[in-house]
Amino acid sequence: MLEQLKDLHTQALDELNKVNNPRELELWRVRHLGKKSSLTKILRSLAALPLEERRKGGAQANEIKRALESSLEEKEKLLQEALLTSPLESQRLDITLPGRPLPAGRLHPTTQILKEICDVFKNMGFQVIEGPDVEWDYYNFEALNIPQHHPARDMFATLWIDAGMGEKARLLRTHTSPMQIRLMERERPPIRAIVPGRAYRYEATDATHESMFYQVEGLAVDKGITLADLKGTLFDFCRCIFGEEREVRFRCDYFPFVEPGVEVAIGCSACDGAGCRLCGYSGWIEILGAGMVHPDVLARVDIDPKLYSGFAFGLGVERIPMLRYGIDDIRLFYSNDLRFLRQF
Amino acid sequence: MKVSLKWLRDYVDIKLAPEELAERLTMAGLEVKGTQTIGGTWDNVVIGEVIALNPHPNADRLKLATVDLGTGQVTTVCGAPNISLGQRVPFAHIGARLIDPHTGEAIVLKPAKIRGVASEGMVCSEKELGISESHEGILVLPAEAPIGAPLGAYLGDVIFDLDVTPNRPDCLSVIGISREIAALTGEPLRLPPIHYEETEESIDSFASVDIVEPDLCPRYCASLITGIKIAPSPSWLQQRLNSCGMRPINNVVDVTNHVMLEYGQPLHAFDYHKLKGRQIIVRRAGNGETITTIDGTKRALNPDILVIADKEEAVAVAGIMGGLDSEVTDKTDTILLESANFNQATIRRGCSHLQLQNEASIRFDKGLNSELPLLPLKRATQLLLELAGDRAAKGIIDVYPGKSEPKLILLTAREVERLSGLKVNINGILKVLKALGFKCQESNSGSQISVSVPYWRGDIKCSADLVEEVVRIIGYEKIPITRLGSPLPQQKSNLSPSAQQSNLKEKLRNILTGFGFQEILTYSLVSLEKLQKLSPKLELKIPPLKVANPMTREQEYLRTSLRAGLLATLSHNQKFEQAGVRLFEIGKVFLPHHPPVIASEAKQSQEEKELPQEKEMLCAVLSGPRAELSWQADKEPFDFFDAKGVVENLLNQLGLKASFDIGDDETLFQGRGANIIVEDDKVGIVGDVHPRVAQAFELSNTICLIEVDLEKLLTKVTRIKEYQPIPRFPSVTRDIALVIDEQVSYRRVENIIQSFPLVMQITLFDLYRGKQIPDGKKSFAIRIIYQSPSHTLTDEEVDQTQEQMLARLHQELGATLRS
Repeated sequence: MLEQLKDLHTQALDELNKVNNPRELELWRVRHLGKKSSLTKILRSLAALPLEERRKGGAQANEIKRALESSLEEKEKLLQEALLTSPLESQRLDITLPGRPLPAGRLHPTTQILKEICDVFKNMGFQVIEGPDVEWDYYNFEALNIPQHHPARDMFATLWIDAGMGEKARLLRTHTSPMQIRLMERERPPIRAIVPGRAYRYEATDATHESMFYQVEGLAVDKGITLADLKGTLFDFCRCIFGEEREVRFRCDYFPFVEPGVEVAIGCSACDGAGCRLCGYSGWIEILGAGMVHPDVLARVDIDPKLYSGFAFGLGVERIPMLRYGIDDIRLFYSNDLRFLRQF
Repeated sequence: MKVSLKWLRDYVDIKLAPEELAERLTMAGLEVKGTQTIGGTWDNVVIGEVIALNPHPNADRLKLATVDLGTGQVTTVCGAPNISLGQRVPFAHIGARLIDPHTGEAIVLKPAKIRGVASEGMVCSEKELGISESHEGILVLPAEAPIGAPLGAYLGDVIFDLDVTPNRPDCLSVIGISREIAALTGEPLRLPPIHYEETEESIDSFASVDIVEPDLCPRYCASLITGIKIAPSPSWLQQRLNSCGMRPINNVVDVTNHVMLEYGQPLHAFDYHKLKGRQIIVRRAGNGETITTIDGTKRALNPDILVIADKEEAVAVAGIMGGLDSEVTDKTDTILLESANFNQATIRRGCSHLQLQNEASIRFDKGLNSELPLLPLKRATQLLLELAGDRAAKGIIDVYPGKSEPKLILLTAREVERLSGLKVNINGILKVLKALGFKCQESNSGSQISVSVPYWRGDIKCSADLVEEVVRIIGYEKIPITRLGSPLPQQKSNLSPSAQQSNLKEKLRNILTGFGFQEILTYSLVSLEKLQKLSPKLELKIPPLKVANPMTREQEYLRTSLRAGLLATLSHNQKFEQAGVRLFEIGKVFLPHHPPVIASEAKQSQEEKELPQEKEMLCAVLSGPRAELSWQADKEPFDFFDAKGVVENLLNQLGLKASFDIGDDETLFQGRGANIIVEDDKVGIVGDVHPRVAQAFELSNTICLIEVDLEKLLTKVTRIKEYQPIPRFPSVTRDIALVIDEQVSYRRVENIIQSFPLVMQITLFDLYRGKQIPDGKKSFAIRIIYQSPSHTLTDEEVDQTQEQMLARLHQELGATLRS
């Protein structure tokens, strides 16, 4: 019987060597370790043998069983390893087939840039608030030092709801600046806020003019705020949005509700300052108007201009993606051609 | 305003190169938006004299001109009809860079034989030199033009095109700009000396001036010049006007224009003999009064318009345009020259009423000072005596009811620093202000300056204005760069309504783009037609606010709904789109508080006017196949349940649960529209767009639309949710299949199942009609998950609950278990 067991073992190991895949291995297991296998039969038949033989044979048979089991385990590991290192041809994928499409939703480029702009100012401690698109003449003009018949009204071609009714006339705000007044009416210094929103102009549209556009208004009022702070704030902003290298120009300009007044321009990205059509051959592209809040404006909202000072700025929003992406027509923004919007 | 560098040099020495000067002016607030160099390419063009003219041997219309160039003589072929002996002319040598008059392109002059005669260069027209479009003949230079000199030195110039801001009418003048340059460069300003002889006879014996409206005309000055001979102006004057973009007319008109450009004060010359009653009356126009202005147009006036009249009728619209009858003509021998000041708002109103604008009115419109008129009047009188007239009557008429004192402003170095952050000492401040013409007096032992504002600077009203003057002349680039050091304002709570609203909008944008929606932004203004199309009956539920002066009919009304913008965008894009489209917009709609009845809009009284309610809305549309064309994609079109799924998932992400009831919104198709209900309130709608509405927008597919009122939604999301503990006990899952009448809605089944407290979740996983199900019935396959927060459920408990459930479903809805 011991001989028989030895042969069994040798034969099983021989066969195991020839096993090549998990299916054959399973057949091998059934044949050599299964309920109907010779080994099992021997083990069962042990009960009928005398004690001495039973002990010897039992020990031997169990030893062989354990050995075969561990060989099985080893073989299993080997086969698995082989499977992972060189998978079967049938499991191979044509990885060049296109992936399953997911619907791609995107934010409008204006929304994207607004978020970027607001984030820059939020980091500088500005709060974001919004205001009405339909305004009184008072907030849009009068309170900003632009009374009826002021020549500066020419700077703001207006879409009116009510024609010719003085400060109680309603209009579509021509800039986000009315929110300066609304803000200062309800809050006391220190004030530090930005106002993103839509503005409207009565203007024939062309590649650089739209009747509706977005602005971001900024306002900071407190004791001791200077033009130097305005310069620092806006230079920081330009560096964040246009990059460290972009040149920034800070020049004198006129807006009735600020004094001193400022225009900020950045070096033209298309020609690098050499002059081209985009920048009107000046090398500079105006991106915002700003200045120190006019003392009359402060006084009008009961903030003492002798104690307090502040700066304000108004930034054209579409200009920024236009410069960044080389968009040459502002009308693309709100005509909502998906072939345009999907590019951002 | 266009200004010539040569002219500026009459008043101030300029050492800067033109580009540097343009840069300095721009930085200081006087933007140079264009620079045109005249004669920059004329290196081979010199001034010569025509000393002989002979016929061309082979051509009747050509001549052989001998030109003396000082250094020698040349002979050239010339076809210009205006060439004659003794003329000083521009002569271009071979190699000169010129403009081809036929193509307009730059060329280099090459040696040529014209009809067999060699030409050693050419005599040029203005067009060939790039000065103007004129090519009828050669350019004839003044007799004093120096022979042999390079043309560039004699005629070359740089023209700056300045964008003068509305606060600086003083810079609508050559002297004003010169004063800026003087202050910026530290050079002195030279004003033209004024001196002329007067006759014995006083002007008062010729004419009188009566100002009826002193508020509208603070000052009226006039001089009288006799012996006028109307003729073309000398070439230097014509050149100056041309260089500033004005057309020369005759010596009298040209002098008034010259002085206006020089000083910024508009002048007007009347033919003295045409003034009836030898009288000037400044008055309001009468109702129904008319005047024919020098452009030949008969214009209706009204009492808002100020006129200059003689004894009988208006002879000019004050400050805007002269009358045809009193205009200077070839026969004029005596002129009354007006230099006056008019109220700015009156001129502005007049211009807008008459739809007129010209060089004179734009200056008055910006507000000129009443101190200005006298000097320019004298200057013009002097020039007229030199160029057109014979004698000036003694004295000047000067009626000046509106004299004002110069404004005094106190300024300290501390104030300059407080506003600008730039430290400037008193001397630095004084230097700038004096250079600009301010009179300054130090007081308080030198710490304070009392500044007297010169009359031409009406824009300077307070110390901040002076701070700007100081800083802009020193240079904005000198301002230090500092960061805000003031304390931050108290930060608003994230739970404040405005913070919540912007958070909600941002969240919704993120969720919807995550669901594959493209955001669009459409105009706030729409056409009435588009809003009407949202209802199959073309009715407007909310009459929208109208713009009084719309640009186009497409942008005439403030939108009361986002729907029109989305449907129009869908329509615009459908021809380019093969795949399904998902679009959304988050934005404001404008709802009038007192909706005007459109017909009687005009009747509305002023007290009723209010700003409209501006309400934030979300609107989204889905149309076309669910997925892009792909080898594995779902090719079915979007339907109601896609849109509903968007709403459910959207609200779910916001922590809300939506329910739906049957809606009746007009834009949606009956039976395919639902109201979105959150906590018993309607927050929006969802459904298929009515085919007639779709058709009106030229859309053919099924379109699903979602609309949510963000203000209502906000009231639901602002409540802070309470945390639910994670269940500690295992759940039990059971599936049931119910057979039920077609008419019974799923919600009624759901409601009954949900009413059992042990039911934690139910999911409809199949809806089946067909084989094995009788006609008029349907089968719902529903998975129910039971769970208790307090113990592990036993099978008996679940069985019992489900039995009761099935009994109620049977009793109330006639549902049976599918066998």
